Amino acid sequence: MPRSVWKGPFVDGYLLKKAEAARASTRNEVIRIWTRRSTVLPQFVGLTFGVYNGKKFLPVQVTENMVGHKFGEFSPTRTFGGHSADKKAKRG
Amino acid sequence: MARIAGVNIPTNKRVEISLRYIYGIGPKNAKDICERLGIAAERRVNQLTDDEILKIRELIDHDFRVEGDLRREVAMNIKRLMDMACYRGLRHRRGLPVRGQRTHTNARTRKGKAVAVAGKKKVTK
Repeated sequence: MPRSVWKGPFVDGYLLKKAEAARASTRNEVIRIWTRRSTVLPQFVGLTFGVYNGKKFLPVQVTENMVGHKFGEFSPTRTFGGHSADKKAKRG
Repeated sequence: MARIAGVNIPTNKRVEISLRYIYGIGPKNAKDICERLGIAAERRVNQLTDDEILKIRELIDHDFRVEGDLRREVAMNIKRLMDMACYRGLRHRRGLPVRGQRTHTNARTRKGKAVAVAGKKKVTK
């Protein structure tokens, strides 16, 4: 079941502040965030976030398509290259 | 023979059943169509008048997304996920289950028929 609309999208508060600060400073810097559960909001479009996957901050350039998804969706937490004998396995 | 929504030629079955041969029309939509046009459930397609068939065709063209259009929409949705490089997109690319199902066993619908792995020891007793 999807989240109730009246609650609005979930975003951790500090993320909003960080994003605003990044907007204000014109330098294009990767914003490091841990909050994988936060929703990508329209005002984040164009910014680059480093989304923590438990090991590294993976850079995610936010595009319009991503609005409404969660940050965690763009930063895979598992690495699996396929089995050694598996010839047809493609790298994602 | 009645052509509705392009290529579909449902047979001499009941209207409610034969409409389901159209991609994008399932039990619910088929029932709705019959009700909205006042076609009795036990009527068969070959008993319909040309006028009724025309009405069905118009209604589907107007209010439903079927066949090619629907297939394209679904494909576009999947493509969008893949282009975004989000988790669901990656799963689509890999041909693995998208919604968190287990892959240790099962998942054969997505993964296709099981392939024997060379050099894998068989478990004996």
